[in-house]
Amino acid sequence: MTLEKPLTKDIPADGRALDLGGYERVGGYQALRKALRDMTPQKVQEEVKNSGLRGRGGAGFSTGLKWSFTPMGADAPRPKYVIANADEMEPGTFKDRHLMEGNPHQLIEGLILTAYANQADIAYIFIRGEYKFSEERLARAVTEAYAAGYLGKNILGSGYGLEMYLHVSAGRYMCGEETGLLNALEGKRANPRAKPPFPQVSGLWGKPTIVNNVETLANVPHIINHGAAWFQSLSHTKDAGTKLYGASGKVKRPGLWELPMGTTMREILEEHAGGMREGLEFRGALPGGASTDFLVPQHLDVPMDFTEVQQAGSRLGTGTMVVLDDKTCPVGMVSNLIHFFAQESCGWCTPCWSGLNWAKQILKALEDGEGKSGDLEKLEFQAKFWAPGHTFCALAPGAAEPLQSALKYFRDDFERHIQDQCCAFQRR
Amino acid sequence: MGTIYVDGKPYEADAKQNLLHACLSLGFDLPYFCWHAALGSVGACRQCAVKEFKDEKDTKGKLVMACMTPAKEETRISIHDPEAVAFRAAIVEGMMLNHPHDCPVCDVGGECHLQDMTVMTGHDYRRTRFEKRTFRNQYLGPFLYHEMNRCIQCYRCVRFYREYAGGNDLNAFGIKNTVYFGRSEDGVLENEFAGNLVEICPTGVFTDKTLRRHYTRKWDLRMAPAICGHCGAGCNITIGERYGLLRRVLTRFNSEVNGYFLCDRGRYGYEFVNSEYRIRAARLDGQPIPADGAAQKLKSLVSGGKAIGIGSPRASLEANFALRTLVGKDRFFAGVADDQWQVITAMVRILQTGPARSASLHDIELSDAVLILGEDVTNSSPRMALNLRQAVRQQPFEIAGKLHIPLWMDDAVREAVQGVKGPLFIAAPGPTRLDDVATKTYRAAPEDVARLGFAVAHEVDPAAPEVLDLPSELRDLVRIIAGALKSAKRPVVISGPSCRTESVIQCAANVAKALCDTGRPAALGFIAPECNSFGLALIEARPLSEAFQVAEDGDSETLIILENDLYRRIPHEFVDGFLGAVKHVIVLDHLSNDTTARAELLLPAGTFAESDGTLISSEGRAQRFFPVFAQQTDVRESWRWLGDPTWSTLDDLLAALAQALPQLAPAVKAAPSSKFRMAGAKIPREPHRYSGLTSITANISVVEPKPPDDPDSALAFSMEGTPDQPPGALQPFFWSPGWNSIQAVNKFQNEIGDEIRGGDPGVRLFESLQSGAYFTTIPAAFARREAEWLVVPIEHIFGSEELSLRAPAVAELAPAPYLAVNAGDAASLHMEEPGGEVEIDLGSIKHRLPLKIVRELPGGIAGIPAGLTPARGAELPAWCRISKAP
Repeated sequence: MTLEKPLTKDIPADGRALDLGGYERVGGYQALRKALRDMTPQKVQEEVKNSGLRGRGGAGFSTGLKWSFTPMGADAPRPKYVIANADEMEPGTFKDRHLMEGNPHQLIEGLILTAYANQADIAYIFIRGEYKFSEERLARAVTEAYAAGYLGKNILGSGYGLEMYLHVSAGRYMCGEETGLLNALEGKRANPRAKPPFPQVSGLWGKPTIVNNVETLANVPHIINHGAAWFQSLSHTKDAGTKLYGASGKVKRPGLWELPMGTTMREILEEHAGGMREGLEFRGALPGGASTDFLVPQHLDVPMDFTEVQQAGSRLGTGTMVVLDDKTCPVGMVSNLIHFFAQESCGWCTPCWSGLNWAKQILKALEDGEGKSGDLEKLEFQAKFWAPGHTFCALAPGAAEPLQSALKYFRDDFERHIQDQCCAFQRR
Repeated sequence: MGTIYVDGKPYEADAKQNLLHACLSLGFDLPYFCWHAALGSVGACRQCAVKEFKDEKDTKGKLVMACMTPAKEETRISIHDPEAVAFRAAIVEGMMLNHPHDCPVCDVGGECHLQDMTVMTGHDYRRTRFEKRTFRNQYLGPFLYHEMNRCIQCYRCVRFYREYAGGNDLNAFGIKNTVYFGRSEDGVLENEFAGNLVEICPTGVFTDKTLRRHYTRKWDLRMAPAICGHCGAGCNITIGERYGLLRRVLTRFNSEVNGYFLCDRGRYGYEFVNSEYRIRAARLDGQPIPADGAAQKLKSLVSGGKAIGIGSPRASLEANFALRTLVGKDRFFAGVADDQWQVITAMVRILQTGPARSASLHDIELSDAVLILGEDVTNSSPRMALNLRQAVRQQPFEIAGKLHIPLWMDDAVREAVQGVKGPLFIAAPGPTRLDDVATKTYRAAPEDVARLGFAVAHEVDPAAPEVLDLPSELRDLVRIIAGALKSAKRPVVISGPSCRTESVIQCAANVAKALCDTGRPAALGFIAPECNSFGLALIEARPLSEAFQVAEDGDSETLIILENDLYRRIPHEFVDGFLGAVKHVIVLDHLSNDTTARAELLLPAGTFAESDGTLISSEGRAQRFFPVFAQQTDVRESWRWLGDPTWSTLDDLLAALAQALPQLAPAVKAAPSSKFRMAGAKIPREPHRYSGLTSITANISVVEPKPPDDPDSALAFSMEGTPDQPPGALQPFFWSPGWNSIQAVNKFQNEIGDEIRGGDPGVRLFESLQSGAYFTTIPAAFARREAEWLVVPIEHIFGSEELSLRAPAVAELAPAPYLAVNAGDAASLHMEEPGGEVEIDLGSIKHRLPLKIVRELPGGIAGIPAGLTPARGAELPAWCRISKAP
């Protein structure tokens, strides 16, 4: 059976972007035509809900359920907004970039469909500042879409209208957090907002707002074209669809592959990434970006979907794994990650701005050969201190995941740093 | 109300509130930082974590932030749960990682919320060995000292400064553990309420720079409840003294008046009490004389029966009444220029007959539509401006309500509401500091402001007189304003004396009456120009010009001037003539000024910090203040110098006052009498930790002296007494076990943020009688003149008020004299370029002033700063010739 790769099959192999003509030739904007012609917004919502699509930004929340909280009907506050979260800043993650650089119209069509389903008036693409190629290609694609009548007033004569704007982020990890993004878009500090109220109720400029990840949105045209049942059938497991999986680290062929949801880590590593480089052993991986718990060799056969990875003690996250080998210091790796998170804390809630910096200092001391007994207990305490609900948003709980799992699986390495007063990997 | 369970026990709690509010109201010690009763919840600091359980069976529970969790029916929480306890300690630990631990040299040491919370959570051991971050501090002006290293990133400062007080030059910069709270560059903080940061900051980042010059710990302060005397708002303050110096002013919470906040004039004006210009001994013909001799001299000068008295709007009821009694009620005159007196008495008459309820500051804060007539409130009654900034949030709260966002969820409410503001209209001669929150502004001459008001009244109620020849563009504005007021649930009309025009007052009364008569519960917020203007009016003084007549007729030999610099009130040539027409001039005051310089007999009067007395605020609230200084020099209360020999205490005077002036009888009850006792003892002014104790004079004698007596109040100059809560009017300071900072006020309220237990201090004298007729005299429209300008006074929070101007920190921010016109008028003076000077004929003198171009001023109107030369003593508004200075 040939694997279906709806998201990536049309991306030109030569590194160029699919332009409007190319996209239309492979069936682009047919889903939009179909929805506007044959489907009510409620029907689009229903189809997406039935498809079982779960958010690809990392949290895995049901997309259809998210949309169902949008106030609909004549009494709904206006304008309503939909936003593509293209602020891909999770360390080790580069999947959305691939989709935007290769097939920008796919995202735009998904965003228009999402807007239609939620009867939104204005759409934003909030894109990471460093993604210059994506920005240029999306800007061109938006212009093309306007010219072709897919955007603006009265789209394809349907009576439905949508304005779309591309907003380039000034650049902070926090801007990728749903509500931090809203504040950034409003020109404020990119601090997260309290939930409730959820953005669907009071979002951008206080109006109903849907924020979805790029990969999530890219799935929507295909679900509308082929239906919920087809989407379910793409997957190996209960979580529907395909998934862009990636691998970075010292594997033979680091990269990105669209595979059925639920493909095992072993298959991704061994078949697609070509296994570890010569002379290196697999020690573990962060399965879905920097803010997920380490999985180790015993987990290689875990199907990579939201449900199964969670049962294994981690999270699917963005599905792009960062691989740790046996010649790389896990303490150094975690130190690097925590440094990143400490740096990117918005400074709002105490466990995050204070605790992350302390953990960063301790980890650096370990690496510098200045570890002291009691340091590991402090790190463990901090990781618990940053638990979900203890902090204002998910940044610090995310940071806790690689730290707590490294302490669990690689504790010997940490202890040796203190005993030997040096990093054994650096000495070599 | 509903039932919540705290550590297994049921309690009644307000379901509309959050759990932190509920727990504090119930008296639990739950630590917090970012939350503030006036600012609401944002969930930043994570300090108030408690364990919440789903139901009775849930034993695991999960941590929630009390401030972010509704106190809804059947909520089950534990404060003492070990995980919650450990978490709260860890939060303080996290904050203390970078805190400099410099309590011994920190100005808030001993009254620091961070210290209190650290002790409360039990965090006591430093587990980190790494370096702390270091910031550079900024110069922020004469009021605040900045020490950023102490910061714990609670965000209260910027939330208060920007969102509550409307400032924009203080902000949070940067991220992670190095968020910087300051200005983009060094400079004076622009907002008039910046001083509140002293109390808003839970630690020592923003501290009182004036206190720093004469520093004393809270536990070494003798404190007393007082009333701010720097405008008519009547804000409640706590004043602190040590070794003969007044050290500082803090907010004394009163939910009906100033709540948790003061303006910077009120907080920093106090230093006049310590001024080198204080009159500390009696003088006869310029030579010091003993107090007994001075009293004797006063008696002999008055005994001829031909004395007249000039009262004062900045002296207490008691002082004014004592003078009135001494000279006789027909020989007692208002110490205010006639035109101003007319405006003041008009306001009092209107409030007495009452077309509408006299608005408290709290009422104003809750108003959902506002019309301001003739006032730049921030500069004329500053604290009220802070209330008005909250009033514009009232109507938009409905947006949050529809989204089911509780109003205490501050950030969420602000996100939902965005920039939407409720209706607030300002009609005034010039720009005002509330223009940024105004729906519409109308800049016009005083008579045109009045005409607008009259027209609005007519639009609301056709029975009110009509303004016939109103321009059509103004008619639209009138309709918009009337529409907004009519559709409001709690509209308020604000006016006051700044225009010095009675018709502006009358039109405000008409609008309020029109709203009330057509079934809308409007309130009327009048602004008294000085702290006891309304009290003086209620004492029934005769106009000042009639005193001149009496003196000119030779019907008076002795003139007694009470706490009043007449040269500030009326043109100097009139004062000179008046003082020259009598044989003897007796002046009672506390600071030397042009009037005291003319005194034959000068008596040292106590300031508010050395006196008992009662003031009537703008609201018509009688409030008592008490001395913080025990009498040590010849300085004494004016009423004691002047008082009837049969009055041995303040209570005797008040009894006489109630009898002589029944309209003021309720004012007697502004505070308990001197006989009041708690557990058989007086209320101590000194905290239990007062370290001077009674050994403070041990260098002179080791024998403990008897504490100074205070026959006039139930307060004692002592640290001995019951720790129980006294009545609000007698509350010398807020302090409670474990709560050493100003946050201790939590322990003195029934419900957090609501009234002081036992009732807020003060007695309202005016209640609406829903009576009185419409005013019908509508002034003619303003017509500009050729080569002449109508010069109006422009109020300045720092500079226009007499006593605060004698405080160095406030004086530093007073404007240099100027004359303001709009650009077109400047061009007509051939002065398009900035930096030029003009000449103005005001009174009999030509003054030279720098020209300031103020875009918003109407043509034909010029403004000069009120209270400063040349406006000082001038009769304004006045038509003046202005020309380019040669």
